[in-house]
Amino acid sequence: MPEAPLLRARGLTKRYHRRRASRGTRDVDALAGVDLTLAPGATVALVGQSGSGKSTLARCLARLEEPTSGAIDFDGVDVTALSGARLRAFRQQVQLVLQDAAAALSPRLRAAEIVSEPLEVLGQGTRTQRRRRALGLMEMVGLPSALADRRPLELSGGQRQRLALARALALQPRLLILDEAFTGLDASIQAQMAALLEDLRGERELTYLLVSHDLALMSVLADEVAIMFEGRIVEHQAAARLFLAPEHAHTRALVAAVPHLPPAPDAAVGGPAAP
Amino acid sequence: MPGLLEVRDLAVHYESQAGAPVAAARGVTLDVDAGEAVGLLGESGCGKTTLLLAVLGLLPPTARVIGGEVRFRGRDLLAMGPSEMRRLRGAEIAIVFQDPTLALNPVRRVGAQVAEVARAHRDQGARRCREDALAMLAEVGFAEPARIARAYPHELSGGQRQRVVIAQALVCRPALLLADEPTASLDSTAQAELRALLAALQRRLGLGILMASHDLGALSALSRRLLVMYAGAIVEEGTPAQVLGDPLHPYTRGLSRAYPRPVTTPRAGRSPLVPIPGAPPDLAHPPAGCAFEPRCAQRQAVCVERVPAAVQPAEGRHVRCVLHA
Repeated sequence: MPEAPLLRARGLTKRYHRRRASRGTRDVDALAGVDLTLAPGATVALVGQSGSGKSTLARCLARLEEPTSGAIDFDGVDVTALSGARLRAFRQQVQLVLQDAAAALSPRLRAAEIVSEPLEVLGQGTRTQRRRRALGLMEMVGLPSALADRRPLELSGGQRQRLALARALALQPRLLILDEAFTGLDASIQAQMAALLEDLRGERELTYLLVSHDLALMSVLADEVAIMFEGRIVEHQAAARLFLAPEHAHTRALVAAVPHLPPAPDAAVGGPAAP
Repeated sequence: MPGLLEVRDLAVHYESQAGAPVAAARGVTLDVDAGEAVGLLGESGCGKTTLLLAVLGLLPPTARVIGGEVRFRGRDLLAMGPSEMRRLRGAEIAIVFQDPTLALNPVRRVGAQVAEVARAHRDQGARRCREDALAMLAEVGFAEPARIARAYPHELSGGQRQRVVIAQALVCRPALLLADEPTASLDSTAQAELRALLAALQRRLGLGILMASHDLGALSALSRRLLVMYAGAIVEEGTPAQVLGDPLHPYTRGLSRAYPRPVTTPRAGRSPLVPIPGAPPDLAHPPAGCAFEPRCAQRQAVCVERVPAAVQPAEGRHVRCVLHA
């Protein structure tokens, strides 16, 4: 019997009223009936072009945005109706990491304060305990404690993205949504982030929803890929099969847009081993 | 006959309040021939943008060229005065940056913004300049140039805006186009369109291009030669297939393996992305030896002592690494 899903969205719609200067208002259906199921421990990618609705979906799933209609079950409970303490409890379990960590992190706080702030808001532990925990989380994402007192703008782009991840992990979420969290990072930093997510998934039983326009990267990082187009999921496939047998015309267009690279070289042979 | 662009041993420092100046370019040598597209692959902070800005004399006030030469059609650009440089920029050498939203004036129609480049450099009336702008907008792939010309930047998509910026850059038919991450702000389908457009323009206009990017797809689609930059220096050169598929420098090998390659044959398994351990050196204190040595799995005792000289192990291939000396 298949495991109960961690999250299940059914028939989600989101309608925005767009006011236009000359022509009155016009309704835009950012989500036009989305069904999505995330199994616990899975890494699922949501791929689409700008304006396909993927970020709206991510924000609705984290309840940062109210869907116009539809249901979202998390652990078997419909969370669209939650409020107060139960909504806060849900939000601890679902954390969001955004593309531009420089914009998402307070420029005035120091790295360790940024990571411990969620704990402080929830009144967890003493100041010393929170700092110790923040340093532990930073170490887990590969940020040495020497960086604890730096401010976000004194860190590199890759380090800031790790810091945002450490903060998101502070509340021990079960679902982590990364919205274009790899975009704009150098390839070698993307690869470091990918390895980190894989390690964390094993250690912390995390489920990931990766939102991106980069189909090539997602096909390598995720177990499953859901393709969004005009507010709908038009295809949901095993990542390993996506480039072999794309079914929907839009998936084929996205696959065709991926550049062909020469095959990867082998690992270096010979020479002295790394000490 | 001189090449189109010749850069020799270019060194650029940025003054820093913290003390030691940052050595952003540390002896860069490269050539671009007329009509040739050359790619510059490197990660954030490697000095790609500094190099392009230095060519055009657009370095910020905190930067200083401390050595080397930059020649365009034999003319020494570093010795050129500001007014001569202004006549050259846009007319003979143009540049396209990453974010077209920042490059365009939000409150002017885009057609006028293309036409004003022609107006600045060509001895012709406003009407001819508008016609040139429309012709150029058609050239960058707009089916209805007149309609696009009347649009404001916010009415266009990111890909359309980048095409407008390319029309601005090329309306005076420069011989050399510098491009700094031109695809980075676009989504994947718009990236694919822009790659195809740049390749078509390059062939049709016989344009010399020097494109800095970390988009391997754009670099391999466009360039005949690919240069790899690390910590302010060119460490490897070859065709895209050679550099990415059979790299000589350990950094290039690591970088190529860090890029995602989708599974496109049924029998191939998924290969994970392989990170390069560590981080690039602090260029306020550049190492005496090879800058990649601390991260290199194949390092040798000699690597910390001196910077390896560039060697040519095969025709058209260059590398700075003791493994090939």
